[in-house]
Amino acid sequence: MGEYFAGWFPADWEFLGYTLAALVQAILLIHVIALGAFVFIWAERKVSGRIQDRLGPTRTGGKFGWLQSLADGIKLLSKEDLMPKDADPILFKLAPYVSLAASFTAFVAVPFAAGWVALPLNIGLFFVIAILGLEVFGVILAGYSSGSKWSLFGAMRQAAQVVSYEVPLGMCVVVPVMICGTMDLVAIGEQQRGWFTNWLIFHDPFIFIIFWVYFACAVASVNRAPFDLAEAESELVAGFLTEYSGMRWSLFFMAEYGSMILVSLLASILFFGGWNGPIPIFTGLIDWFPDYLGNSWVFTTFANLVGVVNILLKASIGVIIMMWVRWTFPRLRVDQVITMCLKYCVPIAAVCLLGVMFWTALGIGFLNDLVPSQPRAMVRESWVEEGQRREAKRFDSLQTPSTDSAKGEVE
Amino acid sequence: MSELLLAAAQPTINWHTVMFYVTAIFACGFAVVVTTTNNIVRMAFALIVSLAATSGLLFLAGAYFVGAMQLMIYVGGTVVLLIFGVMLTAQKAFITMRTRASDWILGLLVGGALFSILLQLAFLIPQWQSSDYQAAADAELAAYVEKLKADKADGKVITQEQRDELERLEIAADDGMPQRSGEIGLALVGVRADKAQRPDEPGLAGYLLPFEIVSIHLLVVLVGAAYLARARRHSHAGASQ
Repeated sequence: MGEYFAGWFPADWEFLGYTLAALVQAILLIHVIALGAFVFIWAERKVSGRIQDRLGPTRTGGKFGWLQSLADGIKLLSKEDLMPKDADPILFKLAPYVSLAASFTAFVAVPFAAGWVALPLNIGLFFVIAILGLEVFGVILAGYSSGSKWSLFGAMRQAAQVVSYEVPLGMCVVVPVMICGTMDLVAIGEQQRGWFTNWLIFHDPFIFIIFWVYFACAVASVNRAPFDLAEAESELVAGFLTEYSGMRWSLFFMAEYGSMILVSLLASILFFGGWNGPIPIFTGLIDWFPDYLGNSWVFTTFANLVGVVNILLKASIGVIIMMWVRWTFPRLRVDQVITMCLKYCVPIAAVCLLGVMFWTALGIGFLNDLVPSQPRAMVRESWVEEGQRREAKRFDSLQTPSTDSAKGEVE
Repeated sequence: MSELLLAAAQPTINWHTVMFYVTAIFACGFAVVVTTTNNIVRMAFALIVSLAATSGLLFLAGAYFVGAMQLMIYVGGTVVLLIFGVMLTAQKAFITMRTRASDWILGLLVGGALFSILLQLAFLIPQWQSSDYQAAADAELAAYVEKLKADKADGKVITQEQRDELERLEIAADDGMPQRSGEIGLALVGVRADKAQRPDEPGLAGYLLPFEIVSIHLLVVLVGAAYLARARRHSHAGASQ
């Protein structure tokens, strides 16, 4: 994309093209968070209403109250921005931005379709996990700088929670990396193309268990009930959010919804085939007519757009399940969270890691082998594919030197 | 701003270098804040920004794996350090640290000595004095293409080995070598794939020894931590009896 825009500008001004490409990508990604929060805050109200046998919002903006998030947003914007006298002013103001920036930065490395990623990183998954761990820093900073005992309690609980869920979460994401042999999220997604039996969750029984461990840890990592110990509105007033109001408060919520979408996107890429639909309509067509459709820019772009819809649908299902969990289970105690993560999730993840390792090493078949699409190892990382493309281009130009020179004469 | 625009108008401006200086100013500026501020949590915040900017420098250099490692270990580790070292041991809400003059002198001596050694080392190695990696890779690729063209003119057919070599050079010119985490992993167990000229060559010795030393160091730390934790519990039980 950067190279495409760079072609618009004269020599020595190509950086404007790259800047333009970066701006377009950043704006698109900001809208994933902003519109995602807009939609899911409304969905959360409706889902929680239905679960509690209520209707939820019904009046704002028509029949289903679908403009409720806008009304919430206007209310939050018009609220007075308060800061306690005892607070540390610099850190108090910075904390929401730290949270939101961490949540946003992780989206840079998340692909939305084959090759549609802002920054094609060789180590995309590792980068996302590293950034995800930084989001809690904003929460801890907020709790510490508020100068309130409730906030400080919230931050301390958050700290205890972080060191317990990060360990099993890290072990869970290692399993897809082990099967695929790459940390490139694009390659991991592309290795699961074909029928839905090719999704990694159907690789073997152990990874099926691993997914549920991942999901539990992911809910803990986005601080939602039943793991919302840092907020705990029935015990700590509002935990680390106690002293926040208006826009700063809503920035924390944008970060929370952003991380919910992020961990759900990650789950759909790692376990549920990413942008590949359950039935391979477009990839099947491309495989059948590689010369006509595979080379057609319009067709592959359309297939990728459908892929984006696919992955967003999968991620939305993940977010809705998180809401279901939130409004169904009571909050755990601090010691229960630590026990669950360290005493149950870590051993389960470790056993399943060994199980997947032996399953892969011994080459035992499972649902993945029913309708295999292509050998896993044939799908390579983006930098290898780019190198192959460039090599093929150069080779073609070497094979046909006459037309090449003819072109040069015309110019 | 106008200076920047003027510089942009000159044809030889390297935007990579501009981004390097912006990130480096962040890293160094917040490192200075770490040493000058009195509030310990602000200090930790500045340290995290400085370390994150260092990670940005590594990303800028194309070493994505090391950059993400920096984020994971140093930045994430500082968060945990902040939690356990500062917040759990704090007696009152906002701690301020006063640095005595003797501490300043000692710190300047140690830091200055380290800085001078590092500075000298950085300028000692000729390869580090200019970032001509990209130019070298481009030149190597262009030379190989010329060689292939000459072969073609002689009537030779391009072999598969030559195509593989061409692909390797294309990747090196396009992406750079440092971002391949697989090679770092191989080097950790003793195979320097990046130094090997041919695939069948084993390459030079890797980072196996430092890797082992680090792991033994970590093991010692773990054993020590377990020992300390156990010892405290035993003495506690003894005291209660």
